[in-house]
Amino acid sequence: MDTVRSHIMVCGGTGCISSDSDKLITLFKEKLSSAGYDKEVKVISTGCFGFCGQGPIVKIHPDNVFYVQVKLDDVAEIVEEHIIKGRVVNRLLYEEPFYKRKIQSTSKMDFYKKQYRIALRNCGVINPEEIEEYIAFDGYEALGKVLIEMSPKDVSNILKDAGLRGRGGGGFPTGLKWEYTAKSPGNEKYIICNADEGDPGAFMDRSVLEGDPHSIIEAMAIGGYSTGANTGIVYIRAEYPLAIKRLNIAINQAREFGFLGKDIFGSGFDFDISVKLGAGAFVCGEETALIHSVEGKRGEPTKKPPFPSEMGYLGKPTTVNNVETFANVCPIILKGSEWFSSIGTETSKGTKVFALAGNVNNVGLVEVPMGTTLREIIYDIGGGIVGGKAFKAVQTGGPSGGVITADDLDTPIDYESLKNIGSMMGSGGMIIMDETSCMVNIAKFYLDFSQDESCGKCTPCRVGVKRMYEILERITEGEGTSEDLEKLELLANMIKLSSLCGLGQTAPNPVLSTLNYFYDEYKEHVENHYCRAGECKSLIKYSIDANNCIGCTACARVCPVNCITGKPKEVHIIDQSKCISCGACFDACKFDAVIKP
Amino acid sequence: MSVKSLEELRKLREEAKGKLTMRKDGEGDYIELMVGMATCGIAAGARTTLSTLLDEIQNKNIENVKIVQVGCLGYCHSEPIVQINEPGKEPVIYGNVDEKRAREIINKHIINHELIDDAIIIETYKKP
Repeated sequence: MDTVRSHIMVCGGTGCISSDSDKLITLFKEKLSSAGYDKEVKVISTGCFGFCGQGPIVKIHPDNVFYVQVKLDDVAEIVEEHIIKGRVVNRLLYEEPFYKRKIQSTSKMDFYKKQYRIALRNCGVINPEEIEEYIAFDGYEALGKVLIEMSPKDVSNILKDAGLRGRGGGGFPTGLKWEYTAKSPGNEKYIICNADEGDPGAFMDRSVLEGDPHSIIEAMAIGGYSTGANTGIVYIRAEYPLAIKRLNIAINQAREFGFLGKDIFGSGFDFDISVKLGAGAFVCGEETALIHSVEGKRGEPTKKPPFPSEMGYLGKPTTVNNVETFANVCPIILKGSEWFSSIGTETSKGTKVFALAGNVNNVGLVEVPMGTTLREIIYDIGGGIVGGKAFKAVQTGGPSGGVITADDLDTPIDYESLKNIGSMMGSGGMIIMDETSCMVNIAKFYLDFSQDESCGKCTPCRVGVKRMYEILERITEGEGTSEDLEKLELLANMIKLSSLCGLGQTAPNPVLSTLNYFYDEYKEHVENHYCRAGECKSLIKYSIDANNCIGCTACARVCPVNCITGKPKEVHIIDQSKCISCGACFDACKFDAVIKP
Repeated sequence: MSVKSLEELRKLREEAKGKLTMRKDGEGDYIELMVGMATCGIAAGARTTLSTLLDEIQNKNIENVKIVQVGCLGYCHSEPIVQINEPGKEPVIYGNVDEKRAREIINKHIINHELIDDAIIIETYKKP
C-alpha cells in the first residue's frame, strides 16, 4: 500500500549538486529509514528551482515549506523536527534581505512573485527521471492532440498566431520557420534542438533539459510532425553530463511508452530522437556550424542562404530550434495562441528566461513576461546589488550583446527595445555589474572569449577580434593612446560588417556599447592612466592618507614586497615604484587609511 | 507498454496525479487535515492516527485532502488531535483520535459531511 504523506523535493540541478545536494538526498533517505519513516516520506530529486544563490534548496510537500542553503548537518534536524514533529525549522527558511522576515512559501517571496513560468513550468516541480510525473502535469497531451486532431499546417499556424519567436536570441518567428521547412521539397527532413548553450553565465537551456527533459522531447516530436521530419537530433555540449543523462533516460522512457518510435498515438506518424554531443565550441551554437558539427565535419559556419530550412543536415531541409523555444511549444498547443499572445509586448509574446549572475543578491534563473523592466528584474526579483553598492551596468546577450546603463533600467524588455539601446536579447544571460567593475575590462573579458572561440574561417573575425583584444589589453595596462580608441571603433565597425557569421558580426558589440556609454572611462585609462573602478591593476597606485593612519603597522606586515615603511604610531608611506597593486594593505587597514584610487 | 490514444494517456495521467496531489501549492479547494505531532501527540499514538488517515484516504480514493503534520495544538490532554480546515468553514478539532476514530473522521466528516459530535473538542476557534 502506497501511503506516502510527504515529498521532500531536493534540487538536483547542477548548481545545487555542486554544493552537495546529491549527498543530501542520500542522507535524507538514511535518516528517514533509521527513523522508520522511509515508507511514508519520499525523497525526490528535482530540476532547478531557479533560486541558485540560495542553494541547495529543499522543498517539503504538502506543507509547502521552502528551505534554503541546506547543509548536510541540517538533515537530521529537518527529519527530527519537521518530518517527525511537524515543526518548521525556522533557521533554514529564506530571509528577506530588506525586512529581515523569514518566509516559508515561495509564493510570498519577491524572487518568485513577479515571475511567470512557462518554459520552466515543471522545473523543481517534478522528478525529471519519472515519465509518470511529467504525464501527471499534462505531459504528452499536446503531442496526442496534435497527432490526432491537427494538421501539420494547423500546428505552425497556432505558433505563428501565438507569436512565439526563437529564444536562442535571434527572435525569428518559430511558426514561420516550421512552415518553411514543411514547404521545402523532399521526403527526408530533420529537426534539431540546439542545446549548445555557450554564453558565459547562461544556463537556462541546461536547466530545462535537467529539470524537464520530456517537454523538449514532446515539442520536438510536434515539430517533426509539423515540418515533416521523422528524425530529431539534440545537439548538446558534452560538458553538460547531467542534462545528457536525464535526456537519455527520458528518451528511453518515451520510447517505452510509445511517444517516440513507430505509429505514435496510432496516427501513423513515426519519430525518433538521437543525441549528438558537441565538444563545446561557442560557434557551434550558430545553426550552420552546428549542422556541420552534427555531420561530423568541422564546426564552421557557411553563408546563408541557403537556409537550413532548404538545405541543412545532409543537404536536407532542417529546422533548428533552441531548447527554450521548444519548451514553450506544448503550453501553446494546449492553452491556445490567444492565451500566449496575451502575455508580453506588441512584438514579443510570452516570457523569457534569464540567468541572473554577477553582483546581484539573488543569483539564479528567472522567467518573466516580456515587457518586464530591467529594474524589476534586478531590484525586485534579483534583490538589488550585493552589499548595497551602486548599479553600474548590465550585460545582456553575452559576448554578442552590450551593456545597458542605469538610464535605461526602465526599458521594458523585448527583442526590439534591447536592440534599440545597443544590446540584444541573446539567449538570456544577464550579468549585473556594480560600481567596482571597470567597463574597459568587461569589454576585454568578452573579447577574450570571442577571440578564443572564433573558428578562424573568416579573416575579420579571426584577425580583427584578436587585434581589438590587443588594443584593449594595452589600454588596461596604461599603454593605450587616443589613436587606439579611434582604431578600436573603426575596427569594431569593420568586423561587424564583414564577418561571415553571427559570432564575428556581434563580437564587437561589447566594445561598441561600452565605448558609447562609458567613453569617459576609456579616456581616463588612456589620458590619465587612471581606472576609476580600481580594477586595472597596472593603473592602480595605492597611497596612505596621513590623517587616518595611526601607525598600527598592519599594512606593512601584510605587504608581500615590503614597499611600506614607517615606525609604529607614525604615518606609513607606500613606495609606489615597488608597489605591485595587490591590494593586501587596503584589506588589512582597519582605519580607512589606505586609499584605493 | 505503448500509449495509443488520448484516452489511454488520460487514464495514465489520472493514476499518476493521485500520487502527486500533495504538490499542488497554494490554498485552492483543499481540505487540510492537521495532525498534532508534538511529543505529547506522538506519545499518545499520533503516528498511528496519521498513517490510518493516509490509509483510509487512499482506500476511499479521496483527492482533495492534504494531510499536514503540525506541532502542539495545546490540547495535550486529548491527544492525538486532528484539526480539519475546510475552505470557507471554521476549523473543527477532534480529540482522542485513535485508529477507529480516524477512519470515522474520513468516512463521516470528509465523505458524508457529518460532524462526529462526541469527539469534537471545540469548533468555535477562529483561524487567525
